[in-house]
Amino acid sequence: MSLLEIRAAGIWCAAGDFYLDPWAPVDRAIITHAHSDRARPGSRAYLTVREGERLLRAQVGPDAAIQTVEYAEVLSLGAARVSLHPAGHLPGSAQVRIEHGGEVWVFSGDYQLAPDATCTPFEPVRCHTFVTEATFALPVFHWPEAAETIAAIEAWWRANQEAGRLSVLYAEAPGPAQRVLAALDRCIGPIGAHPGIEQFNRIYRGQGIELGRLADHPTLLIAPPGTARAANASTAMVSGWMRIRGTRRRRALDRGFVLSGHADWPALLRAIDETGAATVWATHRHGAALARWLEENGRRAAALETRFGEGEA
Amino acid sequence: MKLFADLYAALDETTRTNDKVAALERYFSAAPPEDAAWAVSFLIGRRPKRLLESRKLAEWAIEEAGVPDWLFGECFNAVGDFAETIALLLPPPQSSTRLPLHYWIEERLLPMRDAGDDTRHAWLLEAWRAMDERQRFAWNKLITGEFRVGVSQNLVVRALAAWAPSGHGVPAETIAHRLMGEWQPAAEFWEQLMAPEQKSAEISRPYPFFLAYPLEGEIEELGAIGEWQVEWKWDGIRAQLIRRGGRTFLWSRGEDLITDRFPELAALGAELPEGTAIDGEVLPWKDGAPLPFAQMQRRIGRKILGNRILAEVPVVLVGFDLLEAGGTDVRERPLEWRRAKLERIAPNPTLVLSPVVTAASWEELKQRQEESRARKVEGFMLKRRGSPYRVGRRRGDWWKWKIQPYSVDAVLIYAEPGHGRRASLFTDYTFGIWDNGALVPFAKAYSGLSDEEIREVDAFVRRNTIGKHGPVHAVKPELVFELAFEGIQRSSRHRSGIAVRFPRMARWRHDKRADEADSIETIRALL
Repeated sequence: MSLLEIRAAGIWCAAGDFYLDPWAPVDRAIITHAHSDRARPGSRAYLTVREGERLLRAQVGPDAAIQTVEYAEVLSLGAARVSLHPAGHLPGSAQVRIEHGGEVWVFSGDYQLAPDATCTPFEPVRCHTFVTEATFALPVFHWPEAAETIAAIEAWWRANQEAGRLSVLYAEAPGPAQRVLAALDRCIGPIGAHPGIEQFNRIYRGQGIELGRLADHPTLLIAPPGTARAANASTAMVSGWMRIRGTRRRRALDRGFVLSGHADWPALLRAIDETGAATVWATHRHGAALARWLEENGRRAAALETRFGEGEA
Repeated sequence: MKLFADLYAALDETTRTNDKVAALERYFSAAPPEDAAWAVSFLIGRRPKRLLESRKLAEWAIEEAGVPDWLFGECFNAVGDFAETIALLLPPPQSSTRLPLHYWIEERLLPMRDAGDDTRHAWLLEAWRAMDERQRFAWNKLITGEFRVGVSQNLVVRALAAWAPSGHGVPAETIAHRLMGEWQPAAEFWEQLMAPEQKSAEISRPYPFFLAYPLEGEIEELGAIGEWQVEWKWDGIRAQLIRRGGRTFLWSRGEDLITDRFPELAALGAELPEGTAIDGEVLPWKDGAPLPFAQMQRRIGRKILGNRILAEVPVVLVGFDLLEAGGTDVRERPLEWRRAKLERIAPNPTLVLSPVVTAASWEELKQRQEESRARKVEGFMLKRRGSPYRVGRRRGDWWKWKIQPYSVDAVLIYAEPGHGRRASLFTDYTFGIWDNGALVPFAKAYSGLSDEEIREVDAFVRRNTIGKHGPVHAVKPELVFELAFEGIQRSSRHRSGIAVRFPRMARWRHDKRADEADSIETIRALL
């Protein structure tokens, strides 16, 4: 690697002297999005997109020094020119574009290409080298249309309601939980949110993102994974992992709904294609598979070991 | 096929027994009888003999999906289920099918066994291209024979009994009995299955086995020892020997007809009175005592039984119950009555009467349990005096009381991803023990950890992989587990020189470092 290198604290850009989503405290950190594996407390200065500032603060603490920029606004950091571009993963989630010495690199963070009413949609950014996530980089992962999944959730909820059963839907927050809240049809019945979801709902609402009404006596409860077991309830989860039957059965869930904040296999390939990058670095569990596929299809690629998590998304 | 795929999905989607029964009832109401018969056959675990090599199936799926071999392998490791991997990888269907289950089974699936590769290939593509993802998944499951869907035979029987049409109830026991033995899934069978009580004409049909639960709580809670008949718990093949219509049938608990595997017992059958059914355990036996079960495995593995192996590993039936006498079902008679009757039949070199263990108190019985290993038995069976012979696994009248397993502390050295609900997680482990300062592989174990512990080990493996051989990761030897196992034997096929039976993880020894794990000498001392 040249513009970026791996150091003990994370991925570092020498030209700009900053880290990208560092896994230990550093002087300057650029944060792609406010999930706990990416946004860790303790760094002296953070940079993120304005839309994501409040979510970031919830992760790194009220007193953290956070500088914000608009999407596509160009900053000079040391010798590097840096701008952040929408990744479609969370409010304020960004890909980081770094330009130095005629080279352009893009560090993707986590991203997703399908419509999501709660955040700015992904935009492809042309570059020479693309560092991509590869959480779901296998061809068994291809997502149904989000609208289809929402309709399936609604049908399950309606059937439970008729059987006099509570529906408990596990979803990661922030992210999929809010995406689902914003999309579900309130005509079916009252929806409630677990406090672990609601803490983020407040942030969303505070910046004008519409999530729909919540009720005190819901027939559908949105809850973080692993919480809120109830006696007469049907349980389900939204996540890309639900594409695999085994991961659903392992959790003893009644239903699994496929909806993810991450790109599926076709979307990863399309996104990589649209960057025009000659070289691709792939992070996460299936990074090696993605890299090999890309190599076999005429691109330079390699897997990159990082400490980013894969979450429940 | 759609109805059946929907049934599979519905059964798979819920962990609630009542919902499963309801899904089955819905299916029985909607499906034609010839479909329902096939569905029952698969649901209770019967499967056609191997139709197609998995390798061929993979090859054709890979070609149709347009992925390289290695990527199919990666996908399989992540999904952990062969049929599902294929269903997920195939391109979207080109048409749809309204053909029923029995068509797909009788016209496509079964003829595959004798068809040429070109025909099989064409039929597979025909099916895949006409089926949606759900149907493909069920279809692939039928082909691979890994048809498990979290439904027990008891549950199917319960749903059938609940559904039985037109007001004439058929008792669950009758349905369970009719599902035993040899039958052909067809509309005719379905009608017989659901018909009112009648005399069965099927001479080979075994009775459903009565299965014991492991003892829960303290032995004293069972009441007075005098209320119980105690026998050794034999470590062999549970089987039912039937003599009817001048013919002999030996059935295993998995309902395989195994008469041919045991010519000694076929000969025994010929000496039994007409209309007899004995429940017992097939054991390798010499000089009045069992041989190690590993000897039996040598015999089971052979297609052709030569005189030599028959002489080296002779078997007997250790009989412990009588289910039919003089052509009459005697399962409702009290235990003592059946036992007395069996004793009158028993005197025969290949029919050993399972001895009754006598003890004046539970305390004395506990003492006698220590004889188990020397006797090559697994502990005790406790049977309530006066009890009938029941159907399936039931609490109350029969309990198994097994001896404490052996245990050693071993080090995790290799891990590979699991299957099914453990897909994408490192759950299958190989453990090493110390031999001259090096760790030698000793046993593989898959079970015994909580989900939480599995996640911790999985994370450890990902962070501490020091080498890869395909899906197998060699890991830094750091984690120590106490392994429990039942039997131990010398083995030339294992690198440690030792083979153990039923190894599993008893607990994670967070308190031990790798160098504190056991050594080969400690384990040899157990031999």
